Formats: sequence, structure tokens, C-alpha cells
Amino acid sequence: MRFRSRARREDGRHAGGAAGPEPAPQPGGPPPVLVIDALGRKCPIPIIMLAERIREVPVGEIVAVLADDVAARTDVPAWCRMKSQDFVWEETLPRGGWGFHIRRCY
Amino acid sequence: MANSDAPGAYFDAASTEPPHPAARAALLGALDAAWADPARLYGPARAARLTLDQARAKVAGVLGARPDEVSFTGSGTQAVHLAMLGALAARRRAGRHLVVSAVEHSSVLHAAARHERDGGEVTTVGVDRHGRVDAAEFAAALRPDTALACLQSANHEVGTVQPVAEAAEACRALKVPLFVDAAQSVGRAQVPEGWSLLAASAHKWGGPPGVGVLVIRKNTRWRSPLPEDERENRRVPGFENVPGAVAAAAALEAYRAEMAADGPRLSALVDRIRAAVPRAVPDVEVVGDPERRLPHLVTFSCLYVSGEALLTELDRLGFAVSSGSSCTADTLRPSHVLEAMGVITHGNVRVSLPRGAASGDVDRFLAVLPDAVARLRRTAGVSLP
Repeated sequence: MRFRSRARREDGRHAGGAAGPEPAPQPGGPPPVLVIDALGRKCPIPIIMLAERIREVPVGEIVAVLADDVAARTDVPAWCRMKSQDFVWEETLPRGGWGFHIRRCY
Repeated sequence: MANSDAPGAYFDAASTEPPHPAARAALLGALDAAWADPARLYGPARAARLTLDQARAKVAGVLGARPDEVSFTGSGTQAVHLAMLGALAARRRAGRHLVVSAVEHSSVLHAAARHERDGGEVTTVGVDRHGRVDAAEFAAALRPDTALACLQSANHEVGTVQPVAEAAEACRALKVPLFVDAAQSVGRAQVPEGWSLLAASAHKWGGPPGVGVLVIRKNTRWRSPLPEDERENRRVPGFENVPGAVAAAAALEAYRAEMAADGPRLSALVDRIRAAVPRAVPDVEVVGDPERRLPHLVTFSCLYVSGEALLTELDRLGFAVSSGSSCTADTLRPSHVLEAMGVITHGNVRVSLPRGAASGDVDRFLAVLPDAVARLRRTAGVSLP
């Protein structure tokens, strides 16, 4: 729907609009050591996969979740905030969907 | 509802309040006594007109408006559409800029989208994590060419009360009319003064379906966006639903009087839910402003659970609640409110207590919720440390 727009985010990160042209993705951090493919899966499954597998990467390293359910754009950063993990950046995938990069903090 | 023998309860008052007995009595009375055309001049018609205007005066009294400022519409949504499109049409010479908050009801946002498609410009003001609009940010969005600003009295999904008084002050300074969608709060809480247009919906306060209220204050420019019609002071086309209006007014007076006493009790029940849910259910977030909120409404999101599955499970246990999670809506999009707040959009549950909600029913809900969530998590194969 046209009226959906991203709220301003208190941390100032990734406040880009959900609609309209977006700038070319800038790599926002180091490469992930684990990529979780949740493409085609509806929320909350991408969040469940992230929560279960983040322990496979060492503390301080990056895990990426690929998802194309638009709810993940809200749910992944919100999960990171609730679970005190570090949401690093969001990339737009060329074939649709997004890659969410998270640093394991503990 | 307040039947303590039943295993469950109706906790979806924010969708619609169970009909108030005063509405039923008034509706049946007016169907028999006030069916004549209120626009005609003979006796029964004059009686119908008098009955309609008495209902108008009652609603005006509760809203702090003059009776001739109040019109009855076919729904709350129709009142929203007429208020916005009519104000925008009348202010076209001032400009075509419209300000809305990101968490308005979809009827407001769809009217804004229509305005944008018609060549207007829309500024959307965001919210904080609690879903609250910042008054200064709202004021800063106003411009010399702003034709209309829109702010809900309180949010329908998370219950957060918006800074209407401050927004009204900023609008007055710039001579911009403020439209307040008060559908969630009329009858439950006083709407602050200073607005120019207001919309409300009778079934939210125990009135009948098919009755909305549109209020246009004196000295507010407004032009009907619809073809000309004489009814309702030329504001709402079509033969008046006199029995509906009478029932709506009777329910509103009764409901407001009851809420003056019952509101604090419901608010204490909501406080109990707000405190108990995070203690009883792991990985849950209660969303919405903890203090500046509607008395009867609380929303929380449970991680790793689909909102639809949770609603179905709670329904099986006898509890009627609502959810802003995506799969419960036909849009397959997450709630724009939860999205704008930046909070979890899945596993979302909105509990909204109707008048007379029993304390024991809330206790039963709190007793079954943790197992319901745990069961669904097990079924989904969630095995988290």
C-alpha cells in the first residue's frame, strides 16, 4: 500500500523508505560468516531461523539472514533490539528480498 | 463479555463494543415512532425531525460541540472520508499539502493516498517506539500551504494517546484546520479541545452499526466532496437513519456515564495484563505507551509465534482478541502501526476490554496464555536456549 512508510528510527539506522527509489546498497560491515536462506518463508520463520542459528557464529562475527517477507524488515531489527544483538545493516537483494546483517554480541 | 460462567470472554472492544441495552431500547422505540421523512412538513415528519435533532444535541453535548456542528453519517469511515476530502476541497486555494501521522486508521491513510493520487502532497509524521507522535515534529510538518492536518485521538492498535491539544495549538497558530479521528476514544475519554473537524463511530461505544458522527466546527471551511444533497445540513447525502442516530445518542450518554466509573477499573485490569504477560511468557514485548494510553486496550507481541495461530488458539480457548500481525489481514502485510513503531509485527495480540469486563475473565486469560504460546512454539519446532 502506498501509505506505508518507515517511521523514524531512534538509532538513526536504516530509516530508508519502504517505497520509492533507494540508494545503491553500500556494504555496511564485514562479510557474514554464516548466511541463513529464509527466502520464501513467512515471518516468524526467518526470525526463528535467526534465533536458532546465531550461536553458530563466534561472538563479534556477522550472520546474514536472507528473507523476502516484508515483515522481516521490521522484525529483524526489532528482534535484535529485544535480544541485545547488533543490527548492522540491510541490503536489497538484486533478485528481490533483503539481506539483514547482524553481529552476534554474546 | 461479563459472563463469568463462560470459560472465555470477548476482549475485542476496539473492533466493536457489544451493543448497549440503551441502544437496543432506543432503536426499537425510534423504529416505531420516528420512521417518517424528517425533511417533510406534516406531523409524523416533524416528530422524526425533532427526534433526530434531540439525538444530535445529545451527541453534541458529549463532544462539547454545538448541535448544528454535528452530522450523522453511515459509518465512522464515511465520516473520516467526508471530513478530510471536504476540508481539502474547501481549502484548495490555501494549498494542497496534507499532514497525517504514520499510525492513523487506514481510512485516514487511504483518503490521504487518494489526495496524493489527485496531485496533492502528503507529509507523514512518524512515531516513537511507543507509537506516539512528537508534537514538535507534527508542528514542524505544517507549512503555509498546508490545507489540513490529521491526528487520531488515540491509536486503535496499541492504545497510545496522541498529543491532540499540542497539535491543535500549533495548527491554530498557522490557521490550519486539525481533523481528529476520535473513533477509539469517544465515550471512553474526553477529546481535548481545539480541533476543527472530528469523526467517530457509534458501534465503538455500544451503539448500532451503520452510524458515524462527523463534526465540523463553526468557521471551518468545508465543501462536500460528493454530489449535492440537502440532507444533514448538506453534509451527508441520503435519507437519514433516524433510529440509528437515536440509538447511537442513547448509547453514548449511557456509555460515557458508565465509563466515568468503569474506566479506572478497566485501566487497572489493563495494568495487570501489562505487568503479568512479560512475567508469564518468555520473549514477549508489551507495546504502546504505558501511561498515556486508552484505559481499556493493551497490545503485546510474542516472538516466534504467528499472530494468526495465536488468535486461533485463543479462540479455541474461548477468548476473542485481535491482532495486527500480517497473516490475520487480507493484505498479507504487517500492521502499518507496528511497522512505524519498529516493534515485532508477528505474534501480535490486542486485548481490548468491553464495558463490564470481569476481573475473573482477565485472570483466566492470563492463566491460559503462557501454555497457549508455549504449545505453538513447540509445534513450530522452536527449540531455543
